[in-house]
Amino acid sequence: MPEPLKTPFYSQHLNAGGKLVEFAGWSLPIHYGSLVEEHQAVRTDAGVFDVSHMTVSDIRGDSASRLHTLCANDLSKLRDNEALYGCLCTDNGGVIDDIIVYRLANRHYRVISNAGTRHSVLDWLKANNVEDCATVAAGDLAMLAVQGPNAIDKTQRALTSVLDQSVDLTHLASFNCVYVGDVFVARTGYTGEDGVELIVPKANAESLWAALVDAQVEPCGLGARDTLRLEAGMSLYGQDLDDVHTPFESGVGWTVDLSNPDREFIGRTVLQAQKESLSTSIRIGVELTGRGVLRAGQPVHCQGQAVGEVTSGTYSPSLKKTIGLARVQRVGAPEVDDNDAQLTVVIRNKPVEAVRVKLPFYRQP
Amino acid sequence: METPGDLKFAESHEWARLNDDGTITVGISHHAQEQLGDLVFVEVPEVDASVDAEDAIAVVESVKAASDIYAPVTGTVVAVNEALAESPEIINDSPFDDGWIFTLQPDNKDDLNALMDAPEYDEMVENA
Repeated sequence: MPEPLKTPFYSQHLNAGGKLVEFAGWSLPIHYGSLVEEHQAVRTDAGVFDVSHMTVSDIRGDSASRLHTLCANDLSKLRDNEALYGCLCTDNGGVIDDIIVYRLANRHYRVISNAGTRHSVLDWLKANNVEDCATVAAGDLAMLAVQGPNAIDKTQRALTSVLDQSVDLTHLASFNCVYVGDVFVARTGYTGEDGVELIVPKANAESLWAALVDAQVEPCGLGARDTLRLEAGMSLYGQDLDDVHTPFESGVGWTVDLSNPDREFIGRTVLQAQKESLSTSIRIGVELTGRGVLRAGQPVHCQGQAVGEVTSGTYSPSLKKTIGLARVQRVGAPEVDDNDAQLTVVIRNKPVEAVRVKLPFYRQP
Repeated sequence: METPGDLKFAESHEWARLNDDGTITVGISHHAQEQLGDLVFVEVPEVDASVDAEDAIAVVESVKAASDIYAPVTGTVVAVNEALAESPEIINDSPFDDGWIFTLQPDNKDDLNALMDAPEYDEMVENA
């Protein structure tokens, strides 16, 4: 095994008491002492996550036009400084990755894709003639997500001190981005809270981290990132999303834009057919009513019949319940389609009562 | 937290305490609870169950993951810590006392001698 990669915040993690683990080839903190406290900090105040393991690629010119044919969401909806969430799909409609695309200018996009899919995504872009594609080298990206009800206020304070200029992010709309000095600021995130994602020049990484900590933003690890996104009903690539299931089968069918009949994109034929005939499986939210914790891979039954499996599960620190996402068959399992459907999840060979619930599990009050 | 000197330890981080009545109480070490993080669920064995040494007979789950708890010796379960059902975090707060998980009547209490003593366990953790 090669040595795990280090982000520009590696020594900050060590100094903050981060318990480092290997994740998708990177050395990142799972927590800095208490996952639950970090989770609560994001729900009630503000937390900062090192997300420098993500893959950032700037795509321009004709290559930007080609990106339109690779994304199942319609990039022509974007105006400058707006972002869109969507899937890159195979010919069969399987999801290669879920990405966020920012339009920085006409025919100039910034694509954020996952760490675990770095090579498959870059290979896919290349194979489809997206050649004018500048990807930040692994280890050079300094990207932080600041999330929580006080994230905007505290980020403004931190940026004001780092850049030595007054910064106002209150007018930055959700899913919009802006450059403040040389800091890229996007009002996006993966926690279900308000907040921003920041890309800074590597040389400023240390001072930005210090300024955020000074503003009392709590360092948060991968563990809290996972519980927060799951409470918000957001999918994780590799668990809830993969290349053998379509966006319709993974709960992100809303990102497939078929409204323009003339728009060609890879996977359209299969996705069009599936949308019209309805997918055979769907993603649902599950809450365990019996005792235990939902985990990926546990079988889900409905009316005595195996209908699918849990793709992500955890104990929810906000709801004090155990929750999970599951992919279940629709055909032959009539009751699964109803919210409140009674389910059984098999945990360590024992059936445990569960119920289908609406997503997201948690919404900011 | 200091490792209590009267306990024996398994490599899988369970501690075992020989009680005056010859039973053995079992929990997980301070180091183990620290590694697991905030515990949210504990599945205890059934009272009267016969168990073999190294059988997985209980489960503790943190927010992140589930871990099996192994019987340190062969015997019969005589008591379980019912308080853990409602408050699994007791193990985080008091791993060596209030956070005990189950008590066994060992078939042979000399089996405990196969386990590590406190200094040996501390050394294992330090060198891990």
